[in-house]
Amino acid sequence: MREIAVVAYSQSPCVADAGATNEVELIMPQLQAVYSQLGLASAQDVDFVCSGSCDYLQGAAFAFVAGVDALGAVPPIKESHVEMDAAWALYEAILKIRMGHADSALIYGFGKSSPGELPIVLSQRLDPYYLAPLWLDTVSLAALQARLLLEQGLLTEHDMAAVVARSRHNALANPLAQLAGEFSVEELLAEEHFVAPLRRADCSPVSDGAAAMVIATVEQARAWGAPYARITGIDHRIENHNPCLRDLTDSVSTRQAAAAAGVHRGPVDVAEVYAPFSHQEILLSRALELAPETLVNPGGGVLAGNLMMASGLARVGEVFRRIINGEAGRGVAHATSGPCLQHNLVAVLEGA
Amino acid sequence: MAELAAVVGIGQTRYKTRRTDVSIAGLLREAVDRALADADVTFDDIDAVIIGKAPDMFEGVVMPESYLADALGAMGKPMLRVHTAGSVGGSTAIVAASHVQSGTFKRVLTVTFEKQSESNAMWALSTPQPFSVHLNAGAGGYFAPIIREYIRRSGAPGDIGIKVAVKDRRHGARNPLAHLQLPDITEQEVRDSMMLWDPLRFLEACPSSDGACAMVIAAEDSITGSKPPAWIRGVAMRSEPTMYAGREEVNPQAGRDCAADVYAQAGITNPRKDLDCAEIYVPFSWYEPMWLENLGFAPEGEGWKLTQEGATSLDAGGDIPWNCSGGVLCSNPIGASGMIRFAEAARQVRGDAGAHQVEGARLAMGHAYGGGAQFFAMWIVGADKG
Repeated sequence: MREIAVVAYSQSPCVADAGATNEVELIMPQLQAVYSQLGLASAQDVDFVCSGSCDYLQGAAFAFVAGVDALGAVPPIKESHVEMDAAWALYEAILKIRMGHADSALIYGFGKSSPGELPIVLSQRLDPYYLAPLWLDTVSLAALQARLLLEQGLLTEHDMAAVVARSRHNALANPLAQLAGEFSVEELLAEEHFVAPLRRADCSPVSDGAAAMVIATVEQARAWGAPYARITGIDHRIENHNPCLRDLTDSVSTRQAAAAAGVHRGPVDVAEVYAPFSHQEILLSRALELAPETLVNPGGGVLAGNLMMASGLARVGEVFRRIINGEAGRGVAHATSGPCLQHNLVAVLEGA
Repeated sequence: MAELAAVVGIGQTRYKTRRTDVSIAGLLREAVDRALADADVTFDDIDAVIIGKAPDMFEGVVMPESYLADALGAMGKPMLRVHTAGSVGGSTAIVAASHVQSGTFKRVLTVTFEKQSESNAMWALSTPQPFSVHLNAGAGGYFAPIIREYIRRSGAPGDIGIKVAVKDRRHGARNPLAHLQLPDITEQEVRDSMMLWDPLRFLEACPSSDGACAMVIAAEDSITGSKPPAWIRGVAMRSEPTMYAGREEVNPQAGRDCAADVYAQAGITNPRKDLDCAEIYVPFSWYEPMWLENLGFAPEGEGWKLTQEGATSLDAGGDIPWNCSGGVLCSNPIGASGMIRFAEAARQVRGDAGAHQVEGARLAMGHAYGGGAQFFAMWIVGADKG
């Protein structure tokens, strides 16, 4: 199978409200950034383009169509779109390269969640007959999951607050983060519950923004002469939709994807885990069987800023950045989708 | 470099205005169960599930694949959701095929659907957006001016659209799954139907349907089932922006490029001669002559002559029958419409198209387009590996 590498990556700052900036305007600076990393002029210089976004964030059918305007698709380009986080657009692009129909691909994800109430919008992602009519929002579902973990003694509120404190601290060194600062566990625990047992700080913020990436065969990466990180494994698995039908205290699909992606074939220096809620970072670190010395979410993770439809791709991008900067030799990126971690993707990246 | 892959199972629902008797999952399972049975496999034999549909607003369910994972037997497997506007049915088939052609999986299930009776497509397509031109006209209103420009340029007689409408409905009468069953339709009836968007009359437009279409795609060493496989001989997709200065909207560049790409893969130099039949996305009558030209079946400005001569008609014994299943003009569950074209092309080369079979079909084309005629997906399937 052809060896494929990440060769360029850029992410916008996570902001609570991008104001009048529209989706195309959120995407374009990130595209320009990845082009400039490689000396490309436009999307015409890659063989395939794939994006991830969600119509309901924008409140429009075919919201992604406007995204094509950001690409300069004249003359026409080979292009596709998933109604998923762009981490899955990356997956589609990898298949396209593996089958020999492309040597390089541009991937981007974008979301402007600020005009709506994201937890409520996502409640309409649930089973339309049995769950969606309850308007069960994402925070409440995550709170039920946290409650199970607490009641089974699998973690404590102190553990959750420690995850938040570390995220806020790590985010101080991340100029793209939305939330950063020095907080003690005691300070965080002194805050009142938001949706018990979750405090506001246990929940990722809602952020507007975009991320873009270029991947290519290792041969093409070398031809471009830019530093690259090889994608040595990638897999994703989905579980039962109904949260009552699976063990919410574990993530079986993460374990399956990690095994298939070969996470355990070597040491993991850094892991970027898509955990929109603090307890999920602990749960996912266990499912990924990360060693104590693995750096987890060294930039603060999505608790410091969560770009819907782009955060999964951003996790891969963050691992790429650490590897090409020489901070890590081998890293794992994780993306999630669906209520209470229903669907999980795991990728392994290694230095050239 | 791509691994050889083939369609080994096809399943479709009967297409109808309203399927109030089934849930969304139930609708999909009808198509999926038939595709699995056709391939003589079960969910246990499926490595990954690839699902596609048009905008989530058509049913009011955000990213419905999350909820559908259980019903589609996807637990513990990869599941991918494609959305590329009206071309999505075709794109989904192509993305599904790439799971096998990349050598990553041996056998995948792909399914597309729309349950349009859950909402109003015209409304869902017309939500106003800030700083954007608001066309409160649905798809027909968008395409009508482009069709008028085609008529002006080509000098086509005014009844070409009517002929397409009659031809595809007569084809559809051979297909028991087709939504519109109009075996006795006449040109006069079409001419007398209400003008919706000049020059498109009511009977020159596609219906709004509930339905689903599924396929099982397998690698060369994993072929199953008793029917012959339909070998995938070429796949191509192209996109261009909705609007840009000088855009050729009548004969879009993206469609021409996509066709050239897929023909080159399949070794086709003269599509009218080399192909035995084609399933082409024609939601409004006049798109037959327009796509005949765009896809190289006729020189520019002369596509309407093929329609007029009956070249695209199974009933008239035409040399290049288009949309023998009745096409989008007979059945249009939007998200599935492209995959139905791809699946019907495969049925033809498997010799399994029933009363709308083109005798001895060996090579067929499936085509889908979407957005403002800016997203294209095409494949060529053959009875032979090539």
